[in-house]
Amino acid sequence: MAFKVIKPGLLALLQDLGRHGHQSIGLTTGGPMDEVAFRWANALLDNTPNAAQIEITFGMLSLEAQADTSIAITGADLGATLNGKSIMPWQTYPMRKGDLLAFHQPIWGLRAYLAVKGGFLCEPILGSVATVLREKIGGLTGKGDKLQKGDVLTYPTGLSHQQRSVPRRAIPNYGLKEIAVILGYQYQSFSPLERAHFFSSDYGISSNSDRMGYRLEGNAINSATKGIISEGIAYGAIQIPKDGQPIVLLRDRQTIGGYPKIGCVTRISGSILAQQKPGDVIQFTPITVDQAERERCLHMARLAQWR
Amino acid sequence: MSQCAAPSIDMVSNQACLLTFGQTINESTSNHIAQITQSLKHLEGVVDLVPSYTTLLVVFDDDCYDRFAIVKAIRHAIATIDPNKSTVADQREVVIPVYYHQEVGPDIDDVARHCQLSADEVIQRHHSTTYRAYAIGFTPGFAFLGNTPDELHVSRKSTPRLKVPIGSVAIAENQTAVYPSVTPGGWQIIGRTPINLIDWGSENLALIAMGDSVRFEPISKEEFLALGGQLDGF
Repeated sequence: MAFKVIKPGLLALLQDLGRHGHQSIGLTTGGPMDEVAFRWANALLDNTPNAAQIEITFGMLSLEAQADTSIAITGADLGATLNGKSIMPWQTYPMRKGDLLAFHQPIWGLRAYLAVKGGFLCEPILGSVATVLREKIGGLTGKGDKLQKGDVLTYPTGLSHQQRSVPRRAIPNYGLKEIAVILGYQYQSFSPLERAHFFSSDYGISSNSDRMGYRLEGNAINSATKGIISEGIAYGAIQIPKDGQPIVLLRDRQTIGGYPKIGCVTRISGSILAQQKPGDVIQFTPITVDQAERERCLHMARLAQWR
Repeated sequence: MSQCAAPSIDMVSNQACLLTFGQTINESTSNHIAQITQSLKHLEGVVDLVPSYTTLLVVFDDDCYDRFAIVKAIRHAIATIDPNKSTVADQREVVIPVYYHQEVGPDIDDVARHCQLSADEVIQRHHSTTYRAYAIGFTPGFAFLGNTPDELHVSRKSTPRLKVPIGSVAIAENQTAVYPSVTPGGWQIIGRTPINLIDWGSENLALIAMGDSVRFEPISKEEFLALGGQLDGF
């Protein structure tokens, strides 16, 4: 059975962990902007880690259940209501046939994740249902469309509900504005003064930010090199274009580019960054690859232990 | 293979590392990268490979490897490549039919003026060169092909077009390319191909792969239309 989309919301997209293995032909990965929240939502329902969910940016989405199911909501608090009654993220809820689930406006964070027991059923394209608007690929139609009014999102039925919630200390703090950056191999092309600027300045999130990249506004950073020979861009890479305003490249990033990079945001800190709205202010803080590995191990161990 | 130095390997993050094969763009570097890309495709836990002009980005599963294990695995894979298996022998040649004309190549006259050639000379020089696909990116299936003849070097348009029609054949600096989908673009458009560069239903998905050699073949308007070419879009 299924959810029927009553109101489509500003930007609600079907996502899984992404479309991998095709970057060599220029195809981006897509996937959840907040991977931490995404992984928790599937863990709450005992779904496979890659089960498809809906990423809800900002809100304004409402869905009607056409059959009983169990859902998990993680990520931002978008003022969600179930049959008009307020509900909190980071836990599971039972839904009965005819129930109305609505997401209103951001109270805390920007993107919420809605998982359903067993995952949303959708035909994958190149091994993934991840929706990438720019490349017109993935999602319900296969053509990269965001959710539309009247869409029917099917899920398996006959699965039981279990009341669960994410342990309090495992819930990320979206108010934390320190974004961890692994120092890049092109770090040397920035003078010590420029590096100091980068790590000591406040950066505002530009309104030009999207799933492709977060554009930042603040102290301009100058690179000693004007450009580099175009090379593959990893998730989280922080490009410094000519105007010196950093761009953090995220899930729907282009696959290659020729601007120097000062470092790379980890997937865990990128998840925090993706919850910031235009106008919010962040700072960068340096970490090493081994610190990033440890942080990631801890996160995965918590998920595994809890499942 | 033996004459190529081993690449340097730098960690980009805890899930990606970059192999660098020097700072010079040339065919032997490109061959070397194509060969190593092929061999790493089969390495367990490699999630994605992004080859480019002088580098190869390796995205790996961080549940399989830490920063030491991935470098070791890559070095081992490179060391065990069979030097007798030449990739040059397997190199594919892709031929792309192009209708060169002002009606689908509105920048031909500007290019001709800039290069002090006639429009016919621009077309002749463009299709009489065999190119190499040095990198794929910008948009799915967009192949950066080099090098155009010196006389055809022209800078990008000062104001990029917001919509470049599918199949547009364009040049900029020392490179040429075909736009696989409708995107914004600042390259100088000199013609159009009726064939698809990207097909999600096909096995290879993209017509041109990194390392391929590519030729353009001029066709008439009639042939262009017979092959399904569209004239609109500007």
